Amino acid sequence: MMEKMIFGRYIPGHSFVHRLDPRSKLIFVFLFIVAVFFANNTATYAVLLAFTLLTILTARIRLYFLFNGLKPILFLVAFTLLMHFIFTKEGPILFEWKFIRIYEEGLRQGIYISIRFLVLVLMTTILTLTTSPISITDGMETLLNPLKKLKLPVHELALMMSISLRFIPTLMDETDKIMKAQLARGSDLTTGSLKERIKAVVPLLVPLFVSAFKRAEDLAIAMEVRGYRGGEGRTRYRQLDWQWRDTIALVIFGLLLIALLWLRS
Amino acid sequence: MIQSGVVELKEILSLEHVSFTYASEDVQESRKALEDISFTIREGEWIAIVGHNGSGKSTLAKLIIGLLFPNEGTIRVFLEELGEENLWNIRSRMGIVFQNPDNQFVGSTVQDDVAFALENNGVPFEKMVPRVHAALAQVKMESFLDHEPHHLSGGQKQRVAIAGALALEPELLILDEATSMLDPQGRDEVIRVVEELKRQTGLTVLSITHDLEEVLLADRVIVMNQGKVLAIGSPAQIFERGDELEAIGLDLPFSMKLSDSLQKEGIELNGNHMSEEELVNELWTSYFNK
Repeated sequence: MMEKMIFGRYIPGHSFVHRLDPRSKLIFVFLFIVAVFFANNTATYAVLLAFTLLTILTARIRLYFLFNGLKPILFLVAFTLLMHFIFTKEGPILFEWKFIRIYEEGLRQGIYISIRFLVLVLMTTILTLTTSPISITDGMETLLNPLKKLKLPVHELALMMSISLRFIPTLMDETDKIMKAQLARGSDLTTGSLKERIKAVVPLLVPLFVSAFKRAEDLAIAMEVRGYRGGEGRTRYRQLDWQWRDTIALVIFGLLLIALLWLRS
Repeated sequence: MIQSGVVELKEILSLEHVSFTYASEDVQESRKALEDISFTIREGEWIAIVGHNGSGKSTLAKLIIGLLFPNEGTIRVFLEELGEENLWNIRSRMGIVFQNPDNQFVGSTVQDDVAFALENNGVPFEKMVPRVHAALAQVKMESFLDHEPHHLSGGQKQRVAIAGALALEPELLILDEATSMLDPQGRDEVIRVVEELKRQTGLTVLSITHDLEEVLLADRVIVMNQGKVLAIGSPAQIFERGDELEAIGLDLPFSMKLSDSLQKEGIELNGNHMSEEELVNELWTSYFNK
């Protein structure tokens, strides 16, 4: 199941969207999320949906792959749709069968909210699918830089994030090793009642935590010895490069916004 | 500096009567971790510090890199006494490679990690790029620029760690048990890289180790036992005192052990045989010498 889930995963590629600067992508997605809430009629929702599908095509992500990976979330969308069908009771009745009555407004609201939800999930998934986690971190750090004046530890947060990302595979391997070690000692992780299974996880977590703390300490020493003294006076090896395509992306967003404002009722 | 006709090489590191005790609540238990340590390392030397676990060699490493400060005595690095004020400056002039390859890899890719120390020291971007590439070329990892750490072997990670140290163009490279967690192949990779570097750049190397192959490559060996310096000398001089080394829990190279056993069995061999090659040469010619 974990392999199929694509929410938050990065797939390397060379499309227009892949090559955008993480800053422009982050700004774009953030503004898009705000703009989604301007939509209030069929035309605007249609524009949003069409625009999202166009973005998927530009990013060269296969639709089947995307929707297959988002199955659990699509289930949630369908659930929202159903809830609206049942609970919104406005407008003329469209359909009646025994005790089930579907009202026109319920259908409309259900479809709108589902599109809104779907579009938001798709856009953020496109962001993470086309941008490596480390680029997202870099982009965030640069974008949040002005907040340093408000004493927000932007550099430290970004470094924490990049170190966490870097250690995920290491800790996964470690968990795997501990799991095998405990299995070899006769611990049973896959059978028994829920309570028993939760109890069986404890012997996994304790060694994992102990080793994570040990790693953290080693890493802190290694960083200190290599001259790490916080963000002050530090230069950056990763340079972000704002190019013509980034400006184009934001111009396209501007056009979308104009269209939305013009079409909304 | 000319002394008795020999050119004295520049001093890199010197310890004078250094003692250190870990602070402990229990007064009786606080044994001195290091007691009256003195030695000097000069430019271009390869020094190996050996000792079994608890001999104080890792405490010694922590003192040299300024993670701990001695209770008594002075440590001079690059002719400056190590203290809180010049700590960062001194650290920027040396490189350290630790034991665990995973726990010292900070960057998310190879090139980010090599650049880490450069970023910390405020090296401008334009200068960083060539230095990162050059350092990676020195450890033969230049084709791994964008690789993530979990796709590298232990030996490769340690080579990246060495490159990270080299990028700063250090005057002293400290290997703190850098090969002890590697498989034999990884260990060979790392040792060969350091050997090569040493030959090309004349870098000063201090390796804290219990790997005998590393010891044999050193110019001088410092043997530690129970927080004291037991002996200082060339590998040949040190291994001559075979029994003493075994008494404090250190191993001897395989060829020496074999040569010893052969001699005990009554086969006449001359001297010690530190490398397998020496022993083989002695053995296959021994018949003719009779």
